[in-house]
Amino acid sequence: MTDVTITVNGREMKGAVEDRTLLVQFLRENLGLTGTHVGCDTSQCGACVVHVDGRAVKSCTMLAVQASGSSVTTIEGLANGQELHPVQAAFREHHGLQCGYCTPGMIMTAVDMIERHGSSLDEETVREELDGNICRCTGYHNIVKAILSAAGASQAPAMAAE
Amino acid sequence: MGVEGIGAKVLRKEDRRFITGRGRYVDDMSVPGMKYAAFVRSPHAHAKIASLDTSAAEAMPGVIGVLNGRQLQGDGIGNLICGWAVSSKDGTPMKMGAWPALASETVRHVGQAVAIVVADTQAQARDAAEAVMVEYGELPVVTRAVDALKDGAPQLHPEAPGNLIFDWEIGDKAATDAAFAEAAHVTKLHIHNNRLVPNPMEPRAALGLYDPAEDHYTCWTTSQNPHVARLVMSAFYNVAPEHKLRVIAPDVGGGFGSKIYIYPEEIVCLWASKRTGVPVKWTSDRTEAFLTDAHGRDHETEVEMALDADNKILALRVETVANLGAYMSLFSSATPTYLYATLLSGQYDIPAIHANVKAVYTNTVPVDAYRGAGRPEATYVVERTMETAARELGISPADFRRKNFIRSFPHQTPVIMAYDAGDFDATLNAGMEAADVAGFEARREEAKSRGKLRGLGMSCYIEACGIAPSKAVGSLGAGVGLWESAEVRVNPVGTIEILTGSHSHGQGHETTFAQLVAERFGLPVDNVQVIHGDTDKVQFGMGTYGSRSGAVGMSAIHKALDKVEAKAKKIAAHVLEADEGDIVIENGEVKVAGTDKKLGWHEVCLGAYTGHNLPDGMEPGLKEGAFYDPTNFTFPAGCYICEVEVDPETGTTDIIQFVAADDFGRVINPMIVEGQVHGGLAQGIGQALLEGTHYDESGQLTTASYMDYAMPRAWDLPMFKVSTTETLCPGNPLGMKGCGEAGAIGSPPAVINAITDAIGNNELTMPATPEKVWKALNAVR
Repeated sequence: MTDVTITVNGREMKGAVEDRTLLVQFLRENLGLTGTHVGCDTSQCGACVVHVDGRAVKSCTMLAVQASGSSVTTIEGLANGQELHPVQAAFREHHGLQCGYCTPGMIMTAVDMIERHGSSLDEETVREELDGNICRCTGYHNIVKAILSAAGASQAPAMAAE
Repeated sequence: MGVEGIGAKVLRKEDRRFITGRGRYVDDMSVPGMKYAAFVRSPHAHAKIASLDTSAAEAMPGVIGVLNGRQLQGDGIGNLICGWAVSSKDGTPMKMGAWPALASETVRHVGQAVAIVVADTQAQARDAAEAVMVEYGELPVVTRAVDALKDGAPQLHPEAPGNLIFDWEIGDKAATDAAFAEAAHVTKLHIHNNRLVPNPMEPRAALGLYDPAEDHYTCWTTSQNPHVARLVMSAFYNVAPEHKLRVIAPDVGGGFGSKIYIYPEEIVCLWASKRTGVPVKWTSDRTEAFLTDAHGRDHETEVEMALDADNKILALRVETVANLGAYMSLFSSATPTYLYATLLSGQYDIPAIHANVKAVYTNTVPVDAYRGAGRPEATYVVERTMETAARELGISPADFRRKNFIRSFPHQTPVIMAYDAGDFDATLNAGMEAADVAGFEARREEAKSRGKLRGLGMSCYIEACGIAPSKAVGSLGAGVGLWESAEVRVNPVGTIEILTGSHSHGQGHETTFAQLVAERFGLPVDNVQVIHGDTDKVQFGMGTYGSRSGAVGMSAIHKALDKVEAKAKKIAAHVLEADEGDIVIENGEVKVAGTDKKLGWHEVCLGAYTGHNLPDGMEPGLKEGAFYDPTNFTFPAGCYICEVEVDPETGTTDIIQFVAADDFGRVINPMIVEGQVHGGLAQGIGQALLEGTHYDESGQLTTASYMDYAMPRAWDLPMFKVSTTETLCPGNPLGMKGCGEAGAIGSPPAVINAITDAIGNNELTMPATPEKVWKALNAVR
């Protein structure tokens, strides 16, 4: 067992973990932060995306010991109290979620994407950037709309329904 | 009525917990003393179990117990069953092979469970599972259904000689043969409907808890129908008596059919909890999901369509071989029969139809209903044939369809279904306008100038939803009735709880069901709580599948609301000294029409509970329940149009536009309906372009992860153009038809019709990968 210290959603958390413990397991099992999900075993689906030191990371692809000393933000730490983060609000406003399982990873990916691209985001870039996040419910249509809306993007999707 | 009533785009009540990471899925559950399970699974597709040695595993760190199939059998746990009896055309019953939850003698597909390990941590359980030593004697393997029917094929079940489960037919063979004898033209096609893996993003999970103090069991499970799970686990599998078993399906992360069935894992976790004395949680990993979740589709079909000289369809003849995998899953027999062949008339007036379906065992994962369940297979057969016939006849696919549309309702097809309402011209016209079909040839020319091949494909689907009238399905072999139940509990302060037997795993029931209350009483949806998924809270229900939660589930709520409204009016009439017939309820007020006499809704509700001033003989309280049994299936229908551009150098297909024009009857929340269509389209386009399930000769599933099985990603899909037209369903009080499966049903033939149009070769199978498209294109160049 190895001791780890990780700042999670602004609070310093300590734990003793087996070396093989993944960051997502530490978050879910040790800290009870079950908003971060596991949807595959191959780092493909992105349901487990969190931010590590400000960058989007698949927490199933990082060992907890690798994250020791880092600052991690999970979906639970995104809102400011009762006030939703603009990306969370946009997912609701645009019906960018159905079953909700991929949603935390989608939102964390979207926040990172918007921070890097800002309002220059366009549909093509959003779709390309979502390569590592799989959703089986929405067909991505409303996820793309939500992300563009949250980014304040000027370019609306070319063939939106409305 | 009101801004949150029927037809309003109300944002989802359930979203807040999901977007803040506070959803509660089964794997998020934790109970005191809980331990973790891992299953020992067969690495062979077909083998005898020679020996099973658990001693090394039992000695490993953290291991609490290792249990096997003999112990399971010894404790009287029953085999898994198929709950829909389908007989062969000679009258013999279907041949159901024994399916124990843990195999003790023979394994018949890779991934079949043979033992369970319970340990302190998931990692310890998985480590120990690898230390269970199983000796197998390998047997010959067959994975394709057509091969399994051949002489000398490996035999799976002694109960099913020749691997044949049933040889079933529907329709009038003599009339069909006679029509073909008169035909001016016959269009023939061979169709392969590719096997799909449903892949809800939440893998299945089960948490079994046996409480010896109360001799009571609780099972948290990823189920679309927890009450059915409770019934089946108690009545058929003998896991626990029904009154001692609580089944909870909390937030469930998608189902698409695959979470209808009661699987070995939840049975074994409950049993193992009693055996080991600890709560036992199992969570599937993704490869386990590929190897154990029921798959979908997998049909091989020969179809022939007979036409007269005037291009009218005379008859349809269909021969299908359906691969049901290694065991008969819960509703596997219904999918390739009553949910498939009954839809072979499509949107067309076809005087004679005959279909023959052989259902077959193979050494593959069991196959059952997956989004659409039989209806996508039927639509693919009909709509690929329609497009092919139009091309052979040299007429426009739209005109050919119009020529044969059903326009008079009700319409009795030759294959059981009686269509109650529809307007197929309306959806076709809406689709063609949205897709600018008139401008297509110019776009094709423009693409050609860039060296690209454009194609346009159409699909006019119809499906049967609102599953289903209990008497009708009973006569067809169903082991259950398919009604739905609801209870409306009005609290003394006027807020309302709706308890429903439907289950939401992404469909947004907590919002749309509350909209019925907003419509009825003018109350805000925030004053309504929808409760589902817990057999201790909701008395009974048949669950969510077959696009039934609107047409059937909401009809039950509607009936219960009728009763609540009637009682509330009686109370108000008594208090206001008015005639009951003059009472109206709107905007949260209970009024005497044409006067200023009124009560607040909450005053009536409080009055019902204080009982101080009720009509003589009236019971206090305001709580009503209803069971609703539909009178017919419902028939959503629509027109889907796909425009593609193929790169002849690479065979890559780009979807330029996808148009869906649907008739779902009454729409409660257009935002949610559009979302359902988007998701269905993604799965249908995934089937057409990407999703291939592949077994090698030894029966290994070589596409058992997201590295190998191509799930549709954002990059693969366009923005969709969706719209609805509306003919009300006369069969239920809300006029609803259902929208959950249409996208997956209607889209695959539209995509393939478009690609084959682009490349000028009709020989193309799904998934139409770049390699296949390139080969098909170069075969005719």
